[in-house]
Amino acid sequence: MASVKMPQLGESITEGTISKWLKQPGDQVKKYEGLVEIITDKVNAEVPAPLAGVLKEIKVKEGTTVTVGTEIAVIEESVAAGAPTPTLPRVPGREQEPVAQESAPAIAAPIPEEVKSVPSTESRTRLSPAVRALIEAHHITDAELAGIEGSGVGGRISKKDVEDFVERRAQPVAANGEQRQAAAEARPGPAAPAGETKVPLTPMRRSIASNMLKSKQTIPHAWTVAEVDMSNVVRFRHQVKDSFKQREGVDLTFVPIIVKAVVEGLKAVPALNASWSDDGVVLHKDINVGVAVSVDDGLIVPVVHQADRMSIAGLAKSIDDLARRARATKLTIADVQGATFTVNNPGTFGTILSYSIIAPPQAGILAMDAIVKRPVVVEGDAIAIRSMMNLCLSFDHRVLDGVSAARFLQGVRRWLEGFSEQVPLY
Amino acid sequence: MAQKTVIEAIREGMDEEMARDPSVFLIGEDVGQRGGVFLASDGLYKKYGEYRVIDSPLAESCVVGVAIGAAVNGMRPIAEIQFADFIAPAMNQIIEEAARFCYRTAGDFNLPMVIRAPWGGGVHGALYHSQSIEATFAHIPGLKVVAPGTPADAKGLLKAAVRDPDPVLFLEHKRTYRLVKGEVPDGDGVVPIGQADIKREGTDLSLIAYGLMLTYCLQVAEKLAADGISAEVLDLRTIKPIDEAAIVATAKKTGKVLVVHEDTRFAGIAAEVMAIIMEHAFDALDAPLMRLTAPDVPAMPFNHVLEEAFMPNVDRILAKAKELAAY
Repeated sequence: MASVKMPQLGESITEGTISKWLKQPGDQVKKYEGLVEIITDKVNAEVPAPLAGVLKEIKVKEGTTVTVGTEIAVIEESVAAGAPTPTLPRVPGREQEPVAQESAPAIAAPIPEEVKSVPSTESRTRLSPAVRALIEAHHITDAELAGIEGSGVGGRISKKDVEDFVERRAQPVAANGEQRQAAAEARPGPAAPAGETKVPLTPMRRSIASNMLKSKQTIPHAWTVAEVDMSNVVRFRHQVKDSFKQREGVDLTFVPIIVKAVVEGLKAVPALNASWSDDGVVLHKDINVGVAVSVDDGLIVPVVHQADRMSIAGLAKSIDDLARRARATKLTIADVQGATFTVNNPGTFGTILSYSIIAPPQAGILAMDAIVKRPVVVEGDAIAIRSMMNLCLSFDHRVLDGVSAARFLQGVRRWLEGFSEQVPLY
Repeated sequence: MAQKTVIEAIREGMDEEMARDPSVFLIGEDVGQRGGVFLASDGLYKKYGEYRVIDSPLAESCVVGVAIGAAVNGMRPIAEIQFADFIAPAMNQIIEEAARFCYRTAGDFNLPMVIRAPWGGGVHGALYHSQSIEATFAHIPGLKVVAPGTPADAKGLLKAAVRDPDPVLFLEHKRTYRLVKGEVPDGDGVVPIGQADIKREGTDLSLIAYGLMLTYCLQVAEKLAADGISAEVLDLRTIKPIDEAAIVATAKKTGKVLVVHEDTRFAGIAAEVMAIIMEHAFDALDAPLMRLTAPDVPAMPFNHVLEEAFMPNVDRILAKAKELAAY
């Protein structure tokens, strides 16, 4: 028997959501064959089977989020297939409901010896002396121990995990049970009234919800808008877009041009290419621009890494590639990590003023709104028809103030308005 | 209290001890008119004269040998070895004579002498000006080995060393001489030999270090705090006799220990500290004991990149500490 654990699919990733089991209990699996699809931080990753054998048991249901290192399935190795491995009798509630097992009197039911020992000790990592001492001092039972989630490397139970457990255990049972349930699975809300439907939450929806909530609860957003005359950009793009498409195979949209302008703006105001931390503002060396892409069931923000080293043509290709792969759910973990600033393009859908929410730990997000022809007063007090666009910046007011934000927008605006054939595409 | 550098604290310590006790004198290469290559004894020759601040020949065996003879005859010599790397010619005098004299004479004679030696790297000193010698000498019974990391400890321990009845090898990390500044108490401020010091309190893990690595570990602890990890920093200060109680106490408190030194790894001080913890605090451990040291290569390289690779630095200590915290 080998246990399959939730893999760590990237630095700083602490948990993953089972999106889809590609094999069912009883299925033969080959080594490296796709076993399960996992979603972390909005990316799908297929996890291969670590060895050949038969999938014996699925420990974590689809849609459930567990921490890295948690056992998610058990595979019986094919070498041992002929050996008389006893099928483990199912203990009611053991896998799905560890809470019930602990608090309900059903625990008194005799547990067959092999069940008690096989999964609980062999598959667990060793306990450190400090943990053993705590277990003894606080009379923690095997069953209680099995319910403690390890936060250490590979799910190891650390001293702190046990201390936390002891503290939790001291609280009233009801509160305890409820708390654990909430951690294991989101608490169900009230049932939908007749005639209404309740759409189950996808992992992506959940992820967006928690990120946005965290952002609005922790970041004091400030919002400011600049109006940009895009006529030069519009004219230039119109001139070159066909030849560009022919030459490069991708469309020259406004997005890479705006991203280029943003990069120039961030270079002028490095304080915006930064992250807040309690003991200082971290200024990022690279400029990695996240570009929001709308997909079927939500939104995803792949990242153009080191955008400051790219030409407009390079940005166009990179953004096109990321957007394509985002829609095909083919992004890698690296593709969605490390953004230092985000550009959002709600203007495609006709909006003229957008208040975007910052994606932590970034300090800002810029929304490009629709380019619309409007009569404006130009030099010499004449009225002319110009292609106008609003650039809306949400920024973390802890990191910088309105003056810097305005200077950034000014830089972006000047760069765009001064656009000409002289600006190199490459 | 006043802010001082390590070198100022050492100069002051020698000055005050020489003023206090006429049997204290200084001997070494260039310590007199030149004031020492690091200017540790700057001004002392002028103040105390050529009989108490003695320029020796370029012969370390002579420097230590003269000090031993003087100490047997009731003086309290401070012998300066210009760089710890140059101590090898004096090893016979130090190990065979100084360390064993009290034992050999069944306690009839003590050798109240101090051997000062600038040690350690990070100054592009390469093979002959960067070595760590603490583990070599700490292995010799009969010697005390001291390695302060702050100005106050440097002055306080130097005074304790001068007043100690036995030979003390006093290691001054040359990179800290002018890099590390700190408050030095007015007056005597003697720091007892054999006592470690918690330089920063913490609960999640312990960093144990001495010399320059103490400064690095304190910087690491600051960075860890930003990540919500509370690190305790224990400064050994004295390497021998080592403060077992303090080491055991911090290990029991946090359950996770990282020992850092720039000396090479094999049979280094970290190995001894880890052994002490295993013997006395096993039940409190929540992670394998870890150490970060220089690799077992013959000497500090000159090339800047290689020197960086050889010596533990803040980044590598931080990475190792995070690995320990996550265990």
